[in-house]
Amino acid sequence: MSRSGKPRVKVPKSAVVGETITIKTLIKHKMESGQRRDGDGNIVPRSIINRFVADFNGQNIIDVKLEPSISTNPYFAFDAIVPEAGEFVFTWYDDDGSVYEKKKKIKVE
Amino acid sequence: MALNRREMIWISSGTVVWTALGSIPSFASKASDLINELTSGAKLGEGLIDLIAPEIAENGNAVPLDVSAEGAEQIMLFGEGNPEPIIATYNFGPLSPSRGVSTRVRLAQTQDVIALAKMGDSSWQIARTTVKVTIGGCGG
Repeated sequence: MSRSGKPRVKVPKSAVVGETITIKTLIKHKMESGQRRDGDGNIVPRSIINRFVADFNGQNIIDVKLEPSISTNPYFAFDAIVPEAGEFVFTWYDDDGSVYEKKKKIKVE
Repeated sequence: MALNRREMIWISSGTVVWTALGSIPSFASKASDLINELTSGAKLGEGLIDLIAPEIAENGNAVPLDVSAEGAEQIMLFGEGNPEPIIATYNFGPLSPSRGVSTRVRLAQTQDVIALAKMGDSSWQIARTTVKVTIGGCGG
């Protein structure tokens, strides 16, 4: 398994004011559910991304609470309105306390 | 009452069947108990949520689920047949036009997936769809 917490985000480089765009996000993470047992029959402790937030210029698009039933390498695709030029901020919160962040700027035509 | 051997077999086989059946609805009630608790027994409308899932998922480890409900403030996803029924809670902000998300989820077995939406006017909507799972996704 490659390193956890590496995010990938797909956002168009530009949009028309007020346009709805589609955003795709993915973060590398094993999403250990806490339901599995190892070879010795011990439960493998839960270790997941528990929250994902997408904001644009301080306004929220989506705020997700993730549970262990979300697949490995959590993926989200959703629409967003672009009211002006600015910056998207994507944040993932890990059970281990790590916070991963990715920013994407967008121009308006 | 005196039971002969044949009657005894019938009765005991019946008990076995009931015990086996009993273990399946226990998950289902866990999801509906959660939903009852969240909605405090409010009326659940239908028809405003689009819940798209494959009819058959070959791999229960990554089942694509697409849910949207225009005007929803929050959408919750449940898998009735998962050890922990709640899958995700989506809260939508002002910049979400469609109030929808696509994601990939784990389904332990063939089951109903439920979407529960809290609408802007505080009413509730519910939708469900059955997904047949060939290989369960619970890592077991």
